[in-house]
Formats: sequence, C-alpha cells, structure tokens
Amino acid sequence: MPAEHQPVLEALGVSKQFAGVKALDEVTFSLRAGEVHALVGENGAGKSTLIKVLTGVYQPDAGALRYRGAPAVFHRPTQAQQAGISTIYQEVNLVPLMSVAANVFLGREPRNRLGLVDTARLTAMATELLADYGIDEDVRRPLGELAVGAQQMVALARAVSTDAQVVIMDEPTSSLEPREVQTLFGVIDTLQRKGIAIVYVSHRMDELYLTCDRVTVLRDGRLVHTGPLAELPRIELVSMMLGREVGDIRAHGATGFAAEHGRNFAGHEREPLLRAENLVSGRRLAGVSVDVRPGEVVGLAGLLGSGRSETVRAILGDLPLDGGTITVAGNVVPSGSVPAAMRAGISMLAEDRKADGIIPNLSVRENIVLAALPRLSRFGLVSRARQDRIVRTFMDRLRIKAAGPDQKVGELSGGNQQKVLLARWLCAQPKLLLLDEPTRGIDVGAKAEVQALIDELAAEGLAVLLVSSDMEELIDGADRLVVLRDGVAVGELAGDQVTEDNVLAAIASVDEGSR
Amino acid sequence: MAGVTVATRLTVDRARVAAWSQDYGVYAAVGVLLVFNVAFTANFLSVANFRTQLVEAAPVCIVALGMALVIGTEGVDLSVGAVMALSAALVPLYLGYDTMTAVVVALAAGLACGLFNGFLVAYLGIQPIVATLALLVGGRGLALVIAHGQLVQLYNPTFLSLGTGDLLGIPISVLVAAVLAVAAGLLVQRTTFGRRIVAIGGNRAASRLAGLPVRRVLVGVYAICGVLAGVAGVLATARLSASDPANVGLLMELSAITAVVVGGTPLTGGRIRVLGTVMGALLMQLVRATLIKHNLPDSTAQMVQAAIIVAAVYAARERSSR
Repeated sequence: MPAEHQPVLEALGVSKQFAGVKALDEVTFSLRAGEVHALVGENGAGKSTLIKVLTGVYQPDAGALRYRGAPAVFHRPTQAQQAGISTIYQEVNLVPLMSVAANVFLGREPRNRLGLVDTARLTAMATELLADYGIDEDVRRPLGELAVGAQQMVALARAVSTDAQVVIMDEPTSSLEPREVQTLFGVIDTLQRKGIAIVYVSHRMDELYLTCDRVTVLRDGRLVHTGPLAELPRIELVSMMLGREVGDIRAHGATGFAAEHGRNFAGHEREPLLRAENLVSGRRLAGVSVDVRPGEVVGLAGLLGSGRSETVRAILGDLPLDGGTITVAGNVVPSGSVPAAMRAGISMLAEDRKADGIIPNLSVRENIVLAALPRLSRFGLVSRARQDRIVRTFMDRLRIKAAGPDQKVGELSGGNQQKVLLARWLCAQPKLLLLDEPTRGIDVGAKAEVQALIDELAAEGLAVLLVSSDMEELIDGADRLVVLRDGVAVGELAGDQVTEDNVLAAIASVDEGSR
Repeated sequence: MAGVTVATRLTVDRARVAAWSQDYGVYAAVGVLLVFNVAFTANFLSVANFRTQLVEAAPVCIVALGMALVIGTEGVDLSVGAVMALSAALVPLYLGYDTMTAVVVALAAGLACGLFNGFLVAYLGIQPIVATLALLVGGRGLALVIAHGQLVQLYNPTFLSLGTGDLLGIPISVLVAAVLAVAAGLLVQRTTFGRRIVAIGGNRAASRLAGLPVRRVLVGVYAICGVLAGVAGVLATARLSASDPANVGLLMELSAITAVVVGGTPLTGGRIRVLGTVMGALLMQLVRATLIKHNLPDSTAQMVQAAIIVAAVYAARERSSR
C-alpha cells in the first residue's frame, strides 16, 4: 500500500455521551495521509464532538484512537498538538497584541548566543514563511491589526510550521474574502503534496467539491457515509446530511400542522405585508429577498450556515445591513434597530432559547409581558391587574404548564419555556412573526401544540416566516418555501411544488455564478 | 442506594440553605447582632446610640442603593467615592449663593458623572469596571484641582443642618436615605424602567431582541447611581462641616458593593434586593460598632467584614451552581 493511503489518524467505534444524550454513537473515522477529508453534518450531528475527541479536548466513553499506526490516548489538547494534530478554529486563538512574527514562533523563538530572542532572525523567518500564505504584511505589526482572514492564515502558518501531520480546519472560509479563499485553497494544495492530512469542516457545497477528496457524513451522532466525494452526487450528499431519502415522499400528517395546510392558501393575490428585498450583510447575506403576505406561512429552507437565521435577524434589525430594504405594509423599516422593527409590528422567536430568549430569573409573568411593558403601564408604572389579565389569557391559550404566573421561567421544561416566549411575542401584537427553529429541543407533545398554534395564528391573519431544520415541519407547515444557499435565495417553491425532492434539488443545485 | 439518596438530599438541602441565606441571611445577621448588643453591650439600647448608628450607615446606604441598580444590570460603578469628592468640592464654591444652589450643583455634577459612565458602558461598550475606573482615578483628581487640594471649613447653618439637623425627630440624612430606599424599591418593583433593569441584567441579548431600549436604560441606571453618590457627598460634607475632597468617600465603592452583595443581590445581575441592600449597609455598620464598643480595633472589624463578604459570595455561588 502506498504511503499516502495509510491512515494517519483513526477513530474506531468512538462513543461520547453528555448527560445521557449520545453525541457520538460508535463513529469510525479514518483520515489518510495527504488527503483532504470533508466532515459534514447538520446541527447536532456530532462534528464538533468528533473533532474534540480527535484533539484531546474530550475523552471518548468507548472506542479508541489510532495515530500513525499506534494506539493513541490524548488526555489534553496540548498532547494532541505536540503529537502533530493542529486545529484551526473559526476564531483565531492567538495573541492579538503581539507581533505577527512572535505569534508564528510563540514558544519556539530563535535564540541568539546570549539566549535572548533573535528578533532579526525571527522577523526574517516569519516573513519567508508567511509569503507562502499570501501574507506580505510587515510581520513586526501586532497581529490584531491584520484582517481576520489574514489572522487565520497566520494561525494556519503557525500550525503547519510546528510539524503538523494533521490539520483540522473548522469552517476556515467563514470569515475569508474570496481572494483569501483562493490563497487558502493554494495552501491546502501545498500541504497535501507534503503528505499532510486535512480535515475540512464546511457547509459550503461548492468548496467541498473543489477541495476535498473524501467525505464523512455524520447525523445525530452516527456515521452515515464515508467515501470518495467526487463520485457522490450533490443531491445524495444533501439528503444524507438531512436524513432524507431522495424519492421518498412521506405522507403528510406526522406534524401538528393541519393536513391540508399550505395546499389551500387563498391569499396569493393579497399584497405582501413584508417585503424584504436584496438583503446584504457582510459575508453572511449576499442578496436575499423574501415576501410574506398576511395569513401566509413562508418557510426558509437551506443547510446550516445558508443564511436562514441571518435573514430573520436582519429583518428584526438585529443584524446590521449593508444593503437592501425592508418594508412592512408599504412603510420602510429603518434597518439595524430592533425597537423600530418591533414598532412596525415584527417579532422574532430566537433560535437559541436560553441565550436569546428566556430571562431565567424572572417569573413566567414577567417573561411574557417583557416586550409589551409600555402598553401595560401608565406613566411608567406597571399595572399588575392588566398584566395578570393578559398573562392569564396567554397561559390558558398556549396551555403553559407552570405552578403559576410567579414561577421562575428557568424552572419550566423546554416546551413550556418556548410557549412562554411565543406568548411574549404574541403579547407584543405583531403583524409579522419570525420563528427561528420554534420546535427545536422540545418534547413531541409540545411540538405538535406549537405547530398547531402556528397554523391557528396564520389563519387569524398573522404573517409568519418560519425557519426550521426539520424538513417535515417546513414542508407541512409552510405555504411557500424560499430556499437559501450561501446567503443567496436559490429557489422558491409554492403550492404543490413544496416537496422534499424539490427542496433537496434546490439546495444541491449547482450555481453557475458561484465562486 | 441509601448512600445515593442521602447524598442527593444533602446537596438539595445545601442549595436550599444557600438560597435561604442569600435571601434572608442579612436580616438574620442584623437580628442576631441586635440581640447580642442589647444583651451584652452597655448603653446600646439608647436613642442616642441608634441615631449614631443610623447616621453612620446613611451615606453608605444611599450610595449602595445606586450601586444595587448598577449591579443588577451586571455592571459595577467604581467611581462613586470620587463622585462624592467631586460634589463635596463643588459645595463651598456655590454656597455663597444659597444652600439650594450648592446642593443642586453638587447633584448635577453627580448626574454628569453618571451620564459619562453610562455613555462609556452603553454606547462605547466598555466594560463597566474599566469605564468607571476612569472616573475613580480622574474624578478625585478633578475634585482636588477644584478645591486647590484644600479642606474648606463650612459655616452656612442651613447647609450644616443637612448633616446635623432633625426632621420629626429623625436625622435628616437618615430620612433622606429612607425616602430614597422606598423610592428605589418602588422603582425596581413597580416601574417599567425598573423591570427593564432587571430584565437586562438577567439576559441582555434577550432584552435587546425584545426591543427594550437597552442603552438608554443602562445610561439611566448609571445616572441614578451618580446622583445618589452626589447626595451622599453632600450629606457627608454637611455632617463633617467641611468640604474635604481628599478624604470624603474614600473606599466608598467597596463599602457600597459590600452592602449590595451582603444584601443578597448577585453580582451576575438580574436580581435587585433593595431592602437587603439597606440591611447590608446596616449590618456592616453594626459589626464595626459592636467590635469597637467591645474595645476591639477597627482592623478586627475589617477582618470580620471580610469574612461576611466571603460568606455572602459563597452563598451566591452555591446557589447558582445548583
């Protein structure tokens, strides 16, 4: 067997549990010398857990690692690093105030005869090394003054120059300019020729097919597929990531949405309530347009990182826009201001319930009325009676199970917390409700209830923009789907076109104009 | 099996004890100290003594009320002592007009300092501890420049009555502290502004997404804290019958933070205990008074106070790590 086909790093039947939840379930992963190996999967697939097991951050509960042909145990990340496994994270883990050169050779600076750092040689070595990475800046400048992309290149240069055998890149292009992406691909080529193995984590299909030799797909902590990438059709890759069989049309009715939902939406001739046109934000949104009519549920489909959450955040004014306009009922909503968007009648259920949603120390009552406080107060004094009335109404209507309105929200189950948040946004009397993963991490019963509620609200005339990674939820719940990829809307499906096949095809379609 | 059950029950109990002691420990401690002093300290149970204790605690209490609001937003204001010095330095300059003008100017200086702190924190996004450090250092410097580094004796009887006079038999400074405490309690519990302070401290990202005017609330909170420090500066100056910018409010930031933390307000924000804060200020004063009356030096009091702080922080940690 030629040397480059020897596995350099292997995980054999690795399992890892967190609080009873299996993050990795007997996953086997094999990385060969000199290959670029794509590691893909949606949220919760186990990618980051696997990387952390490979780099010694986590110890596997079961299974074993083999490195360069021998069993390996990494108790600490530094052990893996010293053995030659380097990781480049999205955020750069270097010292921003030190010079570029000092960062590259941190901990192994060249010394002069007196044992002091030989600055001249340090500068020369760093300059020479970084030229290969497309960096021609003065290496004596502080690292923090470089653009993020350039910092990432420095991190990469540092990793490789420490005699790395394996380089793990976690979404390396997410903060790079197109020109820098080309440089990165050039660097990857060079590394490959030197026999260094690369694990490449990314959600960008085009990049994967451009750079990677093989692919490993994880889903729900399990290994789904591993094999050569070039001969794998995109649509199959996408369907494996999402856990959907191509051509397998599932019967509707597995969700809490009404069976006929979306097939008989009669408001198509109505004027859109929301018009978001050509939204551009940094590298995350590259021109997304979406309309929502009153009473309509529009779904945003796409893979992780395709810009779904960014789109709804931009509409709420939480993500600053570089371009594009948002109008609600014909009035332009000033971008970048959440209060302005809320005054225009927009509310958003955020994706991360704990970080962006609940205020755990406050009561159910206070969490519900939070966004509507001014309306429930007079001269800045909170009216308890008015609060109680409205809180009671919503607790009944959404069937929030709590000991009472005074119980702390942090003590409720996930499903009930989600209902409290829904009540908060309904309490703000929105015309447009943005729902980002409304049923993630809640139990089946609550899930069906939330889905039924979405139906009900739309029937009452609320415009809903729904983001979900749950394909069934999107297909059953939405009247119309906008498919996003890499921050661009690549397709729109309505009525009978709303099928899994069409969604998968749109996600996997090859965009001629892409980089 | 049995061992597991016992262990679980023990941890649950420990968390509950921690929660209880964070919520009510300060009241219990004040109660115990009162009983102890009544029983063992000569001349403790006298009107004069109670007056002294309350007058001593009033400035700390007033500053701590503002500090509690700031800490409720997960912030901290280190500049309160320096703000007291600044307001103290301004008093003699305007006392020539009348007492009212001098007091208003002193409070306006506190307001300006608070707005400055709030601007740094809310609009420039500087960490509160660093943002307010600027005024901690610079504020007292400015105060000394204004006062030419000198202590100024004050003789205006109207102004001095703020420090020594009574209203309805209660010392004015104590009355001011009591009124402000009630106002702060109402602010926190009953106003939209107060509820927003708590919400922002509890989860800033969620508050922003709920459309709350996070920046304006933060500026408001630091402004209130600044004004209250100004009030304390005025009262301390009146009581001293002298404007002493070099020494007034020295280490006040630490006393105020102590009162807040001991009173059960967590440093992580999202909860403000107004009455607890008042009790915290009283407790620290009582500890010192008790030890001094039993002929133990002030340094002992400081060590006991340190122990109380550690206990309070430990209770908060036990509770949140549950």
